[in-house]
Amino acid sequence: MPLPTYDTPLIFESGQPGRANRYLPEGPALETLLPADALRADLPLPDNSELDVVRHFTRLSQKTFGIDTAFYPLGSCTMKYNPRINDAMANTPALRDLHPFAPDHAAQGALAVMWELERALASLFGMAAFSLNPAAGAHAELTALLIAKAYFKQRGETQRNVVIVPDTAHGTNPASAAMVGFKVLSLKSDAQGRVDPDDLRRVVGPDTAVCMMTNPNTLGLFEPRIHEVSDVVHEAGGLMYYDGANANALMGNTRPGDMGFDLMHLNLHKTFSIPHGGGGAGAGPVGVAAHLVDFLPTPVVRANEADGTPSTATGWRESADLTFALDFDRPQTIGTMRSFWSNFAHMVRALAYTYANGGDGLTMVSKLAVLNANYIRASIRDVIDVPYDEINRHEFVASAQTLKRETGVRALDLAKALLDRGYHAPTVYFPLIVPECLMIEPTETESKETLDGFIAAFREIVATAKSDPERVLAAPVNTAVGRIDETRAARQPDLRWRARDSTG
Amino acid sequence: MAQPAGLLYSKEHEWVKLDGDVATVGITDYAQSSLGDIVYVELPRIGAALTQFGGIGVVESVKAVSDIFTPVGGEVTETNGAIEGDPALVNRDPYGAGWLYKVKLDDVGQTTELMSPEQYEKLIVEA
Amino acid sequence: MYTPHTSSDIEAMLRTIGVDTLDDLVRVPDAVALRAPVEVTPQHSEIEIAERFRRFAERTSAGTYTSFLGAGAYRHYVPPVVGAIAMRGEFLTSYTPYQAEVSQGYLQAIYEWQTYIALLTGLDVANASVYDGATALAEGVIMAVNATGRKAVLVSQAVHPNYRAVLRTYAEGLDLAVDELPYGADGRTDLSSLEAALADQRYAAVVVQSPNVFGAIDALPAGVGARIKTTKTVVIGVVAEAMSLAALAAPASWGVDICVGEAQSFGVAMAYGGPHVGFIAATTEHLRRIPGRLVGKSVDGEGRVAYVLTLQAREQHIRREKATSNICTNQAHCALCATIYLAAMGSSGLRDCAALNVARTSELRAKVTAVSGCAARFSGPTFNEFVLRVPGRAADVLRALEEKKILGGLDLGRFYPELDDCILMTATELTTSADVDRLAAALSEITVRAAAHV
Repeated sequence: MPLPTYDTPLIFESGQPGRANRYLPEGPALETLLPADALRADLPLPDNSELDVVRHFTRLSQKTFGIDTAFYPLGSCTMKYNPRINDAMANTPALRDLHPFAPDHAAQGALAVMWELERALASLFGMAAFSLNPAAGAHAELTALLIAKAYFKQRGETQRNVVIVPDTAHGTNPASAAMVGFKVLSLKSDAQGRVDPDDLRRVVGPDTAVCMMTNPNTLGLFEPRIHEVSDVVHEAGGLMYYDGANANALMGNTRPGDMGFDLMHLNLHKTFSIPHGGGGAGAGPVGVAAHLVDFLPTPVVRANEADGTPSTATGWRESADLTFALDFDRPQTIGTMRSFWSNFAHMVRALAYTYANGGDGLTMVSKLAVLNANYIRASIRDVIDVPYDEINRHEFVASAQTLKRETGVRALDLAKALLDRGYHAPTVYFPLIVPECLMIEPTETESKETLDGFIAAFREIVATAKSDPERVLAAPVNTAVGRIDETRAARQPDLRWRARDSTG
Repeated sequence: MAQPAGLLYSKEHEWVKLDGDVATVGITDYAQSSLGDIVYVELPRIGAALTQFGGIGVVESVKAVSDIFTPVGGEVTETNGAIEGDPALVNRDPYGAGWLYKVKLDDVGQTTELMSPEQYEKLIVEA
Repeated sequence: MYTPHTSSDIEAMLRTIGVDTLDDLVRVPDAVALRAPVEVTPQHSEIEIAERFRRFAERTSAGTYTSFLGAGAYRHYVPPVVGAIAMRGEFLTSYTPYQAEVSQGYLQAIYEWQTYIALLTGLDVANASVYDGATALAEGVIMAVNATGRKAVLVSQAVHPNYRAVLRTYAEGLDLAVDELPYGADGRTDLSSLEAALADQRYAAVVVQSPNVFGAIDALPAGVGARIKTTKTVVIGVVAEAMSLAALAAPASWGVDICVGEAQSFGVAMAYGGPHVGFIAATTEHLRRIPGRLVGKSVDGEGRVAYVLTLQAREQHIRREKATSNICTNQAHCALCATIYLAAMGSSGLRDCAALNVARTSELRAKVTAVSGCAARFSGPTFNEFVLRVPGRAADVLRALEEKKILGGLDLGRFYPELDDCILMTATELTTSADVDRLAAALSEITVRAAAHV
């Protein structure tokens, strides 16, 4: 299923000065309104007709692969179908056009959306409360570590500055730790790809601040001794942080709160079906256990019952009889993380998705995500290395190490060959501890037929690698462009268009 | 492969060439080939005071970044402007045109902390 | 539910895997097993979902008011073409374009976004976007800290208070000192203490915003940017209302090295605060310190033009704890909306829009300052908002206006106790003369009533 290869000049290379679309009445001359030295001399942007703009971006869309195009087994990214009802609800004019400084009494419905979602997440993941403030997963990690830092400061334990991160962790974990001045201690996984509580016991101490883990880990493996891990960290006085990147594997079946996690984040753009949109905007709510609630960023949504008393709902409930307010007055808060309250349009989408599934449906979502991943593993394990060949969760890792030794075909080449066959590539070379790694996450929204098609393509590529490796090494050949000269891109960065010098 | 004689080496894969109390510093052939296509080198400023084995810059390839830990301490007297425009020099000629910077040593004795070509060869064979 | 599995699919797949039931796949140790069912929601049909959101919309009445709110989120006209194209599934449902061969379209669109931001700010390069204006400021300050090795910044008090609040939150983690420059009688940053502040070269950056939070055009006067740079201090310019870039002198022209801001005004919905789209632009000198993604132009093996994410070695997945930032997402889809918006509006459309904003605000200012007891708080020229001093507390006046179905603006007393009799009022191309007349009449009535009470 090759994507079209239209020639698409830059928008700056088309159009004619004065070919304007009259969306607005003509404006007055700026010189009559503002001092001349405050104004810019010229505005060198192209004028294109609306039709030309439509064609330009339509063609660009046709040179872009999305979930809507075909199967997207990108490990760690949870590329599930993004139901259109979510977008339709986010497009409700009263919500879409709501100004963030609208008074609470004129924004009750929007606050109800935030509150209902927050309560559902708290119950689903076993946390006392969530903040919807952070804009994405990495932003959420930063938020959570600032909460941990504030917590230890309040307890007079400012010597706690070490974050323990298993070697399977996402690259953001250490980067986030560095942003709050914490040092990172990388913990080696055991031979089964798990964290061994006894190894952990040897490295925790009075300087332990936080242990950041995901469960299942990035190998797709459940950490069966997670509660022991939590005990070790808690006994040392540290906090447990759950990286919710892999929450699609356990939602509704087991809860991070019950595993002993004190802090967590969710990537709503993964688990709650928010479109990735080419790499954002995301949304990364942060959940905390009861002892950390006071440190959450502002604002939080406060709910009152009809009689004026604060709501004590432990999970989701009907909100029609509640009244809401944004609470900025929280003395222990770490502060605020962004310009305005939350990526609200995504909260609308996540709540619509929660309604569409309900609690039972979300439980089934995670079961079927695990089913799909195991089905692919069981169907390709005879042709490719599967280093941890056991029941995995929502994703698993394969390795092209043997294939590379025998044929010269690497994980990257398999990935490019899949592009030629109309599939998106899996995540490659992550996690770092598996050589020639391919990380495959099908998600629950794919049918058996789609998976069978992918399995057949994958097996065929491996067979071709063995019979005629050059053909795989040459991939992709059916795409708009072939493999790109990344060295040139980095050595001579060309990051923008520039007008040709008119004199030369 | 033997390492160029007459140079001293650090375990962080830098080489040092001494000329009186001025040392020229670069990265070794082993380092450049492990990094792959080098796209950018961040050098210390002329006049900067360096502490031996301190991190003072980075070498960046397409998919990796490696810190430069200076093998000698002292004041930076010169940097190799040519690699700004053509970082591939470090790949092509790591011991020659791809040198990084020169340091006026604050203590010539510090070079005893460095390795001979034979010692360095042993280090990379075992790596 | 969006799962396609039939029961016979499930059985066949379980057989291939070699387990008996779905529960066998997700079994966990007893110690972490779910003890009680979760309290989420019952399952809803799409009809029921739509009904729920109809009721949420009903309880969200702000849209039925005449609004003069701005202060970092702006109501602008968005041509329908923006949504129609941006919502194409290929754009909407793609991931970060790591597989460049099948992402040429999106990569090109982001390259175009980077170019638009560079052209509008007058700077050399721009990144693929960040979360929003406030986080763009925090990231811009981190760039300056990394460039200078200094651990303090000097920020104008006329920078949006939410932006400063986010900077303070980040500063807590990074152990940075944040000092402030006061504002003066004209509503612009008071630079009289700047020279003394620069003397010991302890600041990584000086941060000013233009138009600032009072709407005032607050570009550094000629020569000041150059003077700041002689102390090796970085000049950061904040632009919270990107529409102003179409009219006002480009930040690079008044000495800005790093320009950070918010581009929500370019076709992105206000949506009660997000997602919006932050940008960072800088001089080439700071290129390697720019956080987040960058798209570059290169070629493929056959020499065809090809776009690709580049300079990735700066980023978190390679550098881990030494990365320039922990950012991995950008606001790609919002940046795409902005790119389509800019392409559709074109140079002339943007100019008209910016001019209409200035004109409507000028009309608003004339009519409400004519109301007895009301006056402009600051004297300087403004873009599309300005500060009105009212008799009595701003909060009371705004509440009275709300009773007349008017959202009169932002109570500045929330952020500046000394300005608790001040309202920040905004007018855009969507503000009509009739809206302004209603506001002026309502204000007049309220202030007359208030005077009668005294």
